[in-house]
This record gives sequence, C-alpha cells and structure tokens, in this order.
Amino acid sequence: MSKEQELSEIMDEFANAKKNASIFVKNASENGDIVIGSFCQYAPMEIINAPGFYNVLLCGFNYDPPIPLAETELPANLCPLIKSSYGNILGKTCPFAFYSDIIVGETTCDGKKKMYEMLGKLKDMHVIHLPNVPDKERSLSSWQAELELFKDALEKRFNVTITDEDLRKSIHTLNIERSQTARMYELGKYDPPAMTGLQMRSVLTAEYFMLDKKNKIEKTERMLQIMEENWKEGKGPYKKDEHPVRILVSGAGLDGVIDKTIKTIEDLGAAIVCYEGCCGILNMRRPIDESDPDPMHAIADKYLEVPCAVMSPNTRRFEQFMDTVKEWNVDGVISITVHACDPFDIESKKLEDICEENEVPFLHVRTDYAPGDEGQLRTRIEAFIEMLENR
Amino acid sequence: MYYLGIDMGSTSTKVIVLNENKEIHYKKVVPTGWNCLDTANGILEELKNNGIERDDFKCVATGYGRISVPYMDKTITEISCHGKGACYLFNEKNFTVIDIGGQDTKVIEIENGAVKNFNMNDKCSAGTGKFLEIMANTLGVDINSLCELARSSKNHISISSMCTVFAESEVVSLIGRGTSKEDIAYGVVDSITNKVRGQMGKITGTNNVVRLTGGLCEIPFILDSLSEKLGTEVKSDPLGRYAGALGASLFACNIK
Ligand code: SF4
Ligand code: SF4
Repeated sequence: MSKEQELSEIMDEFANAKKNASIFVKNASENGDIVIGSFCQYAPMEIINAPGFYNVLLCGFNYDPPIPLAETELPANLCPLIKSSYGNILGKTCPFAFYSDIIVGETTCDGKKKMYEMLGKLKDMHVIHLPNVPDKERSLSSWQAELELFKDALEKRFNVTITDEDLRKSIHTLNIERSQTARMYELGKYDPPAMTGLQMRSVLTAEYFMLDKKNKIEKTERMLQIMEENWKEGKGPYKKDEHPVRILVSGAGLDGVIDKTIKTIEDLGAAIVCYEGCCGILNMRRPIDESDPDPMHAIADKYLEVPCAVMSPNTRRFEQFMDTVKEWNVDGVISITVHACDPFDIESKKLEDICEENEVPFLHVRTDYAPGDEGQLRTRIEAFIEMLENR
Repeated sequence: MYYLGIDMGSTSTKVIVLNENKEIHYKKVVPTGWNCLDTANGILEELKNNGIERDDFKCVATGYGRISVPYMDKTITEISCHGKGACYLFNEKNFTVIDIGGQDTKVIEIENGAVKNFNMNDKCSAGTGKFLEIMANTLGVDINSLCELARSSKNHISISSMCTVFAESEVVSLIGRGTSKEDIAYGVVDSITNKVRGQMGKITGTNNVVRLTGGLCEIPFILDSLSEKLGTEVKSDPLGRYAGALGASLFACNIK
C-alpha cells in the first residue's frame, strides 16, 4: 500500500470514528463490558479506563431532531450543546447514551448542571463536584476527594477493585495520547502547515470514539509519521511556496458548528494552525505525573489545570495565550462561541483585549447549531481573512 | 477598459463603472428584488445599452448577493469594499466608517487606508435599515418623512425592545396610547443610533473622524442623531450609498 493510500485510510477511519463506534459500543455492551457516558474534558478518563471500562462522549452536535425536542422542556435560550445532548437522550437518538451503564457529569456551567438534574430522571447519573476556583491550594484536596468518591462509586456499582496499578497503566496510555495530540499541533507550526485544521478536528473527535486505544495510538503514530515525511517531500496539504494566512481558533462547543466555521475558514484559503480551549494545545502539553506515588493525586492535579472558562479566574488560559500565538506564528485569532455560552462569550472579550494589546487581529463570531447564519458568518470570516491578507 | 463594481445588498444593488482614469463613468441603484441572478443580468443588459460589452470591463462583485453575479471576475466582501470606497470618497486614511445597510450594520476601522478592525451586527435586524423600514410602514410614512418627523419631536421617548418584532408591537401600543407620531419616530431613530453607538464601542479607534455610508447616509436627522451620540460630527457624501460598489470597482482595477 502506498503512503498516500495508507494516510487516506487512516484519515477515513478517524472521520468515521463516531459512526463506527456505535456498533463497537453495542457489541461491547452486549458482551457485558461497562460503558460510561460523559460530556466533558473534566471527566477523568484514566479512572474510567483503569478497570477496562469504555468511555463515550455524549455531547450532541446536531440540531434536528434533538434541539426542537429538548426545547419542549428546556429554555430555548440555552447553549445548543446542552440542548442537543439532552434532546438526543430524551428522544433516544443517541446510541451511546442508550448503551451507557451510567453517565458521569461535572458541575461545570450552570446550564449543564441543571440539565444533569433533569437527565438524572432518564439515566443513572454520577455528578462530580468540580470546584470553580482552579487554585491548587484551595481546591486540589477537595477535588481529589470528589474523584475518590467517583472511583468508589464505580467500584461499588460494578463490583470491581481499581488498583493503583490499573490507574498507572491507564495514565500511561492516555499520556501517550496527549503527547500525540501535542505533536499533532506541532504539525501546524510548519510553514506551510503539514496538516489542516479540519484534519486536526477529526483526530480530536476520534479521540472520543476510537475506543480501542491501542489501535488509535498506532494509527495516530503512523499519521504523524507520514504527514511529517510528506511535508519534507513537499507533499503536504499546501504547496511548498504557499503561505496561507495562519489562524488560531479558540472557543468551546465547536463540534456542532464545524461546517459554518472551521471548514469555512479553510475553504476561504486560510489555515488553522492550532486550537486553543479545553481540547487545545495548552491542556496537552503537560502529561500526568507518572512518578507521583499517589496516582489519584496526579490525576486530580492535572485535571484541575484544564483551561476551561467555567473556572474563575481562568488565569492559566490567559497567561499562556500569547505564547501560543507567538509559537505558532499566528496572523489572526478567531474566537468561536456558541449561542448563550456565557463563560466563553465573556472570556472572549478578555482574549480580545490581550490581542489588542499585542496588535494581533482578532475576530469573535457567535453562532448556533441552528442553520440560517451561514451567509453572515462567511462574510465576517472572509472579510477577516481579506484583512489579514492585506496586512 | 472599464472597471465595474456591483454591490448587491439585501434591498438594493449599487453599480459603479470607472473609466481608465478611475473616474465615475456610470452609476445606478436598482432594487435587488427576489432573484439576484435576474438583477445581475439586468445590469449587464443595461450596460450593453450604454455601449459597454462584457469584454470591455473587469468586474468585482460584493454584498450578500456577490456570488450570484455570473459574470464577475472576483468577489470581495463588503467590509473590504466599503473600506476601500470610503477612503476614496472621503479622501481619508485614518477614520471609522459606519455603514447602515438593509440587513446589517457595519462599523469599519480604517488605518493607513486599510481595514484594521470591523464589527457587524448579529443575525437580527435591530439597528439596520430594515428596522427603520418596518417601523416607517407601521407608522404609515416613508423612511425620509419618519426621520423628519423625529426631528420635531417634543417628548423624547425611547423604544426599549431590541428585537424588531417586539419593537413593532411596542410601536403599535404607543400609537394606541395616543403618543404623537413625532415622538414615536424619535424613539425609532434613537433606537437605531443607540445600537450603532453600542457597536462603535466595540471598535476602539484612535481618532474620531467618523463617516457614514449606506442607504441612510443622506438623511440629515440620522447624521445629527449619530453625531450627538458619538460626540463627534458624523459626515457623509451624496455618493455614500455607492461606497461598496465604488470600492469594488477600484478593486476591479487591480485585476490583470
Ligand atoms: S469547555 Fe469546559 S465545560 Fe466544556 S467540555 Fe471543555 S472543559 Fe468541559
Ligand atoms: S459551550 Fe458553554 S454553555 Fe455550552 S456546555 Fe460548554 S461551557 Fe456550558
């Protein structure tokens, strides 16, 4: 098989990960394997994977049918991710929720917290109390205690024992995945980039749906290798002498608006070189400390560092933001937030201020899963790219 | 060679043709209507009647219907075109352009003759020409008279609803309560210029030279109300509504 063919097969596997995962999960569940549904970067995957349980992402990314259905119970003026997730479970259109033995949530934003309370009536839930202040002195011990409670709950409910050894193994595996994601972002550093932002997105999504981790890690390794080689041979996604405008995308809830935002940005000739936000580069750079004698402490310590806007103050995000802009040689920042997401919408203004101070062009677009704003979004993004190209 | 700029907005389509010396050779405004393609072809016909054949010009299309002009050589967004056109029109290099269009309102900050930052209203029509049009209809007058009525208002009221649909019912209930047309008209204009001021706030320009373009730019009371809100004299130009088309035609000059 030629390298091109191999790469295209790997990329197809990533792109179809979600589709294929439903069959995988169905079989696993029928085999007696335990499936845990989750919504967020704060769900401690290491703990879930340690006893061999599967973790699936339940975030809804589609508008119809879940959102109109969810709006029969939830306010219309709520973040689409929350409505879509709830609607998919309410209407039984999410196979992953269907096969989940329990669902784990964290007390992140208000909309999610309240939605979990309603979800508790439809499915078994375990809600982890996430502190809002990411200061380790004030929050780490209570956060670790919450994670211990979660571990105990899993042990009791499924009659298993989760040993430190199990935890260490899953920490190790997921650290490999983290470092691979960080390496993937490195490909965006090249000039021209060795990978497109749309490709990165599909690998990020696959992270949640390629449940055979060994396979996922092997495929990602090959992908990174081939892309690197291709770039050296001048066969990357861009021609050698092409220098597309370099964009850093920031925000949350993006998976439901990929076509109108991410894809539009790249269709218009710009290159997304890196992402910033909960699954962005910042969170991937530091692995979980494998030398920590207490693996639960190591996990808690790392997860408190997720740079999410539900934290107050979310200092880590802002401290490192300009480093990312400089390292990736970014020409402009596009912050994408979804309708009614107050935490990220408000933080977007802070990013704008930082950009202004450093003379980095900045665009904030608000959108929704609902269709209808494609034209306006496109105009805004296109004008921003024209502006960058003329600089 | 001629250079054609077409700015196909949601309400009207503006056409500018420049000659070799970058002077305006021809200009026209036509309603966009339902079918952008028909409008575009109508313009081509019209040019033919004026002795300009397809091979005689380069064309840049802009505005929301920009992709529906089958004979364009290139599309450029209205932000860039308005910026370019306004620089030419007002002979300025560092200033802020406000464009109140039919479906959206843009604020564009220009530095050294290039777009430095911009801002567009969201999906909804509050603060746009459409809002004014709907309110004028409700009051049974045209847009120009609405703005003149507003000038003679004695009791300044404000319309609190941001959304056009709610604002309309607010206006209907004001009429029902016997509020004078002048006062309601004032409230309507005030609501638009307030919205624009809010949008301006997001653009932190370093100077206070402000120019208005778009369909409403010739209405004196709009300029007055904006000047008052922004604390600086907002000026326009009789060709202000052509700013986008003009910018497009100037970009067309660069097409090889
Ligand atoms: S943005 Fe925050 S709340 Fe949303 S998934 Fe990421 S970490 Fe969780
Ligand atoms: S996108 Fe915003 S509002 Fe929606 S779930 Fe995430 S943090 Fe909450």
